[in-house]
Amino acid sequence: MEHTTILRMNNIVKDFSGVKALDGVSIEVVRGEVHAVCGENGAGKSTLMKVLSGVYPAGSFEGTIEFEGKPVSYKTINDSEADGIVIIHQELALSPFLSIAENIFLGNENSTRGIIDWNKTNREAALLLARVGLAENPATKVLELGVGKQQLVEIAKALSKQVKLLILDEPTAALNDEDSAHLLGLIEHLRGQGITCIIISHKLKEIKRIADTVTVIRDGKTIETIAMDGPDATEGRIIRSMVGRELNNLFPPREPKIGTEVLRVEDWTVYHPVDTTRKVVDAASFTVRAGEIVGFAGLMGAGRTELAMSIFGRSYGTKISGRIFKNGDEIQLRTVDEAIRHGFAYATEDRKRYGLNLIGDITVNVSAAALGKLAKWGVIDRYREYKVANSYREKMNIKAPSVSSITGKLSGGNQQKVVLSKWIFAGPDILILDEPTRGIDVGAKYEIYGIINELAAQGKAVVVISSELPELIGLSDRIYVISEGKLTGEVAAADASQETLMHYMTAGKD
Amino acid sequence: MSTTTPVKRARPKFAVNLRQYGILAALAIIIVLFQILTDGRLLLPGNVNNLIQQNAYVLILAIGMVIVIIAGHIDLSVGSVVAMVGAVTAISMSSWGLPWWAAVVIALLVGALVGAWQGFWVAFVGIPAFIVTLAGMLIFRGLTLVLLTGGTISGLPSEFTAIGAGWVPAWFGEVGGRDVLTIALGVLTAFALIVQQLRIRATLRKLELPREPIVSLWIKSGIAAVAIIWFAWLLSGYSGTPIILIVLAVLILGYTFLLNQTVFGRHVYAMGGNLFAAKMSGVKTKWVDFFIFVNMGVLAGLAGVVSTSRAGGAVASAGQNYELDAIAAVFIGGAAVTGGVGTVIGAVIGALVMGVLNMGLSILSVDAAWQMTIKGLVLLLAVAFDIFNKRRAGR
Repeated sequence: MEHTTILRMNNIVKDFSGVKALDGVSIEVVRGEVHAVCGENGAGKSTLMKVLSGVYPAGSFEGTIEFEGKPVSYKTINDSEADGIVIIHQELALSPFLSIAENIFLGNENSTRGIIDWNKTNREAALLLARVGLAENPATKVLELGVGKQQLVEIAKALSKQVKLLILDEPTAALNDEDSAHLLGLIEHLRGQGITCIIISHKLKEIKRIADTVTVIRDGKTIETIAMDGPDATEGRIIRSMVGRELNNLFPPREPKIGTEVLRVEDWTVYHPVDTTRKVVDAASFTVRAGEIVGFAGLMGAGRTELAMSIFGRSYGTKISGRIFKNGDEIQLRTVDEAIRHGFAYATEDRKRYGLNLIGDITVNVSAAALGKLAKWGVIDRYREYKVANSYREKMNIKAPSVSSITGKLSGGNQQKVVLSKWIFAGPDILILDEPTRGIDVGAKYEIYGIINELAAQGKAVVVISSELPELIGLSDRIYVISEGKLTGEVAAADASQETLMHYMTAGKD
Repeated sequence: MSTTTPVKRARPKFAVNLRQYGILAALAIIIVLFQILTDGRLLLPGNVNNLIQQNAYVLILAIGMVIVIIAGHIDLSVGSVVAMVGAVTAISMSSWGLPWWAAVVIALLVGALVGAWQGFWVAFVGIPAFIVTLAGMLIFRGLTLVLLTGGTISGLPSEFTAIGAGWVPAWFGEVGGRDVLTIALGVLTAFALIVQQLRIRATLRKLELPREPIVSLWIKSGIAAVAIIWFAWLLSGYSGTPIILIVLAVLILGYTFLLNQTVFGRHVYAMGGNLFAAKMSGVKTKWVDFFIFVNMGVLAGLAGVVSTSRAGGAVASAGQNYELDAIAAVFIGGAAVTGGVGTVIGAVIGALVMGVLNMGLSILSVDAAWQMTIKGLVLLLAVAFDIFNKRRAGR
């Protein structure tokens, strides 16, 4: 194999209104290799690929890109595809009601004067399907295929565009073991045909199996590039590079007063709502005690949110099995309403989509989960409602002119405080906080840590799900690690290091 | 909390609610315009009276429809339901010999049943309301034709026709040819409105919430009060207070209360604002959807009673396009197409805008074809204005 560089990205800097997502990343990819890009959630992997493929047009970032020895500046995805760079996103972009062949040639139809040549289309589609090892009729509608097969259709589509550099963003995240194995085999096969691959992944086993080179990114910077046939190619080395984010968050002091067990979950198993053969949560068992803050660590797609949502009134998933005990008694949480009545609260990860009525004011959002407390015979005491909302505005330091302010216009930190107010007002015994500080500035983060500590001090059982390892270590008493739906580790926060957590986080199924 | 920085007590700026005021201003402008164009004939006492009695059905349907639309649905079947309920009511009186009040009760029950049927498909089966009520539009129109195969039913008891076309008796006599009761009701309503506005403001002040400057509040309430008294004055010189006006007043007050002060109303707004967030806050969204449609059915039943009573009989073609009038009224009244926004009073004003347009154009003997065209344009402009305003506010 000739050893030439196909892609060189130099010192890429990309900032989003002051926040640097990429802060001088450089990467060099050799023709014909499988190059893995690794990093924690939010390290900048996906942003880098969007810079490369022209999703962020040339000019919106600093640094240079050279492809096949020539400097390039892509304005759109079409520009990069014309050069043979194709990106396959984690969320597949196929049209479900069109056939495989139609999807493969969508936007690139075999046609003369707008009339499609169906024979040619189906014939060529069949050849492409053979190349990716998918034994399906090209006329089959995409919605009849599972996620794994859809991914293969995406790759076939890429091949139809004469792809030279194929970028796969977490390609196995949504696949079961069998489909994953097939996909990895296909990537190796394509390498044999001279197609270069960049694969974004944090599954170390997978990387060890197929990657020739690994580039590790952390906090928008390239940390190092490791040749996988060299002596440095150990899991420990990669993990050490991935973690080690600086501990720049301060945590308010806290004296944990941990009481008796409040929540116990046993053998909790959840299947994916659409792909019902895929286990999203696999026999998870854990406990939370009164006054305790329990952290949940895991990479994107590991099943943390799915675990929380399925417990909270079966808001996610199908074929849910397992048992939930509160204060030692088994309980059933079939609906969100039931979960709230049993003293559960769940502040969602995506507060705009699932947490807030953005066109409503602070008042209606604060009271939303516990209107019953403010109402008699179904009539709301609006005077008291305002009083309550206002007391939370002051207590939580929500920065808004009044409680009549529309929540959609507040900053992320203040929106999060509204969500927390809503759940605190509901008076729960068990609070599950999913990424409580995502997208929030440092000052507001500190305030939210204070609020979480205070809740624990009141004897509530608090579960914190977070992608920021320093935050989990700084905040929690105990940390569970979840990887591919399984609880792979339980660590006392005092003994936890980012490295140990990352080790469990990347421990996939064997 | 651990960090309590003093909260700044900046005096909250009062944000003018352009939506609500814009539509009121539009109503005023249209009234003045047609008053001039018709040489003062628009506001003749008889026309004012007809404005109420002719449009009562739209007002009733718009009140139900605004709730449906806030929740993010639509109901296309109400016109057909009005016709079917009208047929059932007429048959129950003329063929079964039931008294008028029993016929009204049956009408409301039939409406509720229709609503439960549609609510079932929307809420529990998960079929979009557009489809369910489009089907309902055909189903109930078809059933109306079945019920009225014998032809038009007329000759309904006078107590029944009084609902839509009668007046409250002059209990306090007349002075100078004017009904005292009507004037008294007008003055009372105007007074109640001012007191209510002041009370709301006092509460907002106590809670240190943004509120309207007192001067503008007095000017606004003053104008409204004068308009109400003038309106009563005009009615008093005709036949007095239409019975249906009392019914409408009760509905407007009752449904405003329902949407603003009750858990049910709050859930409707929450679901329209963000359905997922409402679900994740424990709202039983399916049941709320179900009752929204049951309620719409009952109000369509009432509208059926009112329009049958005003027409004096049941015909198979009754209620045609009523759903469109109601939907247009709701959107002219400032409801959002995406749900979550809308008020009963807005829908009522929207219905009045359409009603005044209808009447003014009829007085000017504008061709029915052009009337339709103009109404369509007004609907489009009203919603465009609304969207334009929202964009400007968003910047």
